[in-house]
Amino acid sequence: MLEGQGLTIGYPDRVVGVGLDVRLAKGEVLALLGPNGGGKTTLLKTLLGLLLPKAGEVRLDGRALSSHSVRERARHIAYVPQTHVATFAFPVEAVVLMGRTAHGNLFRRPTAKDREVAAAALAHLGIAPLAERPYTMISGGERQLVLLARALAQEPQFIVLDEPTASLDFGNQGKVMREIRALAASGHGVLFTTHDPNHALRAADRAFLLRGGEQLAEGPVKEVLTQERLETLYGARVHKVADASEIAFLPG
Amino acid sequence: MKIRRSVPGFTIAVCVLLGGLLAAFTVGRYPVGLGDLVNVLAKVLGHRTDVSPAVESVVLQVRGPRVVAAMLVGAALALAGTAFQGLFRNPLVSPDILGASSGAALGAVVGIYLSLGVLAIQAIAFGGGLIAVAAVYVIGSAVRSRDPILVLVLTGVVVGALFGAGVGLVKYLADPYNQLPAMTFWLLGSLSAIATADLIPLFGPIAVGAIVLIALRWRMNVMSLPEEEARALGVATGPLRIAIVAAATLVTSASVAASGIIGWVGLVVPHLARSLVGPDFARLLPAAAILGGGYLLLIDTVARTMAQVEIPLGILTAVIGTPFFIWLLASMQKTWS
Repeated sequence: MLEGQGLTIGYPDRVVGVGLDVRLAKGEVLALLGPNGGGKTTLLKTLLGLLLPKAGEVRLDGRALSSHSVRERARHIAYVPQTHVATFAFPVEAVVLMGRTAHGNLFRRPTAKDREVAAAALAHLGIAPLAERPYTMISGGERQLVLLARALAQEPQFIVLDEPTASLDFGNQGKVMREIRALAASGHGVLFTTHDPNHALRAADRAFLLRGGEQLAEGPVKEVLTQERLETLYGARVHKVADASEIAFLPG
Repeated sequence: MKIRRSVPGFTIAVCVLLGGLLAAFTVGRYPVGLGDLVNVLAKVLGHRTDVSPAVESVVLQVRGPRVVAAMLVGAALALAGTAFQGLFRNPLVSPDILGASSGAALGAVVGIYLSLGVLAIQAIAFGGGLIAVAAVYVIGSAVRSRDPILVLVLTGVVVGALFGAGVGLVKYLADPYNQLPAMTFWLLGSLSAIATADLIPLFGPIAVGAIVLIALRWRMNVMSLPEEEARALGVATGPLRIAIVAAATLVTSASVAASGIIGWVGLVVPHLARSLVGPDFARLLPAAAILGGGYLLLIDTVARTMAQVEIPLGILTAVIGTPFFIWLLASMQKTWS
């Protein structure tokens, strides 16, 4: 269980959010939604332990996250950042191997097991053929999958993804959503941010709505994501489309 | 597959080094034949061979220390440049661009001005280099910008200029007959004054720094990622960055203290090495060290044989490095985000 209670989040010079309660259980997907500048990224960084909460405490399996070493943390929680252009043209395999960092000491070279785990992560996501390609020469969608493979190679219990679908085409968005479901099915706790409520409906069990640093709602995704709440959340009109089994929202 | 692919790269680097060694020992005002060289080596190893004392003296006393120094300095500058490029996530930085060289230069010039010994000069040079890099880093990360890489490079230029002004001041104050020529000659970079006794203060710090950098080579890959990503992968970035900067500055400062300012090696060689073995620091760092040693041996050989008088090394490396940097800038522009 990764949880934060009564969190005040922010940076040394400013407070971004107050009074936030977040819980992420293993085997569960939590979607974090909210307008730009609402504090989503700050909350993510706090839950990852990259940023200390200004009040309250983040706990990992009941123990304060800040009492874990950087390395211990990385063996429990993996972070999938938004894709970026890398400075150096590392081969994909080397990028995924970096996920094994926390499993070795400062000077250790990757072991045969590390290479196996990395290869398995690539194979699991169906991108094994990319292993030798330079990370800078593959598409944005492929890069997102490589970063996901790197997170898998960390063998974490929790995976935190920052807008995993932001730079992806329609087909790859679906693929990432399916992967997120599969991760939860295999026992991981998954937290992701998104700008698309439909992605939350599709992939998440629970949703957390964050607006202006305040917790607007938190709970089962189908209950939390209503037309009225979304209109409040984004301060804009939202249309609802429904058929017998599914609902979807369109920006008005 | 991967290992096979990188073998030719390493082989080329080693060939450059061997070629550099051969050229450095045999070419010069007193040519030494290949056979003589082999004989001298055999004699050093304890075999009885027939070598004229003149040849032996040229190989062991005259060229020997200089060859060792060229290898050490070339390897040190290449290692430092490779480490800095990874750490600052920027293929355009080098020890001289981040101010380590100009900081070390100021330290060393002050040392000469105060008529200190080699060890003291080296210590001050190290301190100056560290202060300069720390200043560039602190200022560069304090200035908020959409293009932190550009800010970093510009900060390096500015801080370098300030330390350069300091060097100018010390030169202005120096004794024009004794100290000034030494300073001027030294600032242009040269290995001609290296004697056997200079090798120990050169070797010690470079060995320490190089061991640290090469031991950390697996972590260096992760350190070349954005800060938060590296931490999320389990690396305590703060202490590690300080260790890498200190090690890279140590080897740079030791080189500068022994041989003066030899610019551009730390920029050019890492790129050549990357094109040979790829960007993975685990292979890149050793390859850069080997290649750097060979590179500077070749350049030093040219410096002492091209003209009647010896050409300062820093001038030759700049003649090669400047166009290289411009070419790099032009070809990098595309991938800058």
